Amino acid sequence: MGLAPHRPSVKRILRESEHLVRLALVAAILVVAFLVIRKAVVPAGFGRYGHYRAPSLDDVRARPISFAGHEACEACHDEQAKVKSQGKHAQVSCEACHGPLAAHAGDPFTNQAVKPDPATLCVRCHEADSAKPKSFPQVASSDHAGGVSCGACHNPHRPAM
Amino acid sequence: MDLNRREMLIGVGKFIILSGSARAALNGGDAQKYNMAEHWWGMTIDVSKCIGCGNCVRACAAENGVPKGYFRTWVERYQVNGGDIEHPQVDSPDGGFNGFPPRHETGAKSFFVPKLCNHCVDSPCVQSCPVGATFDSPDGVVLVDEKYCVGCRYCVMACPYGCRYLHPTKHTADKCTLCYHRITKGLTTACCEACPTGARKLADLKNPADPVHEFLRDNNVQVLKPYMATRAKVYYKDLDGAVR
Repeated sequence: MGLAPHRPSVKRILRESEHLVRLALVAAILVVAFLVIRKAVVPAGFGRYGHYRAPSLDDVRARPISFAGHEACEACHDEQAKVKSQGKHAQVSCEACHGPLAAHAGDPFTNQAVKPDPATLCVRCHEADSAKPKSFPQVASSDHAGGVSCGACHNPHRPAM
Repeated sequence: MDLNRREMLIGVGKFIILSGSARAALNGGDAQKYNMAEHWWGMTIDVSKCIGCGNCVRACAAENGVPKGYFRTWVERYQVNGGDIEHPQVDSPDGGFNGFPPRHETGAKSFFVPKLCNHCVDSPCVQSCPVGATFDSPDGVVLVDEKYCVGCRYCVMACPYGCRYLHPTKHTADKCTLCYHRITKGLTTACCEACPTGARKLADLKNPADPVHEFLRDNNVQVLKPYMATRAKVYYKDLDGAVR
């Protein structure tokens, strides 16, 4: 009672807590070092969608295409598409038999499509095998045509005789 | 500044909402190209339609440059003798790349099963990757970051379906991407494009107009190894119990 409240000077506070200031400085340096190293080591976009590099989605998307898709074929070959649409092979896409033709679709004159060989093409699907579904049309090629090429009787675009 | 607490909070709220809507408006231009949030990819496979021609295997190799002897998709031929579903006879010469040598068995159940990455929702491969190089994309495709993969093979070991391999020249994990470079451009996968019977069909489970919904509703559908709880997204119709 009666005593004036004692207020230490700022100078004295700084002097007495010098060890704490030093500790805070070290902590600040550590935090900055962590942030700098993190920035340098963690690749760009990591963690945007999850625990991975987001730009890798674009890397995967950037791969070139080999199969053009039947819409691209039908844009030019409308006659063949019309014939095919009337037969049993209507749902078979063009490149299922003709192979990947995106290069041909992109530049038809320098990249010519090669006609598939019916001798190997037809049996690939239609050779009889007990594992094939019963409803699928199958033949034992050795006794079906007696050596005559499939194309002699069947048009692959509309196979019914 | 004479801002009280209430005015400041309102101001901050306005700032967040307005900057958010501005960003949404800007992104609107890109959304027409491809919006990951609008898709959830999977595949349907009708076992009763597969004829084992190997078109899918060849198409996949051509589209993705899969090295010889490695497979992102392959076809297995099952034969169950006398109802012994515990011991099916399975063959897959070259993964079915050149089709199958014809077999004429009577009195045995026999069928083809095409296989590929199941693009699981809870993928063991993604969970086992120590560096974050393999991941589930926001549209449900399991992909590999070739630049980040260290080739430790943990994912190859973790996949219960055997769908992964270490690329012999790149020395990174490799697998089916569900033709991510095609499906994000509005095309179907190479295997689905080449399948002559329509046994395999790409499915967008978020698209209400996709026939996958009728497929799942109207058929007996199963995924491979459901007891692994991987939440696989390749749905098989008429899958026999003998299939592993």
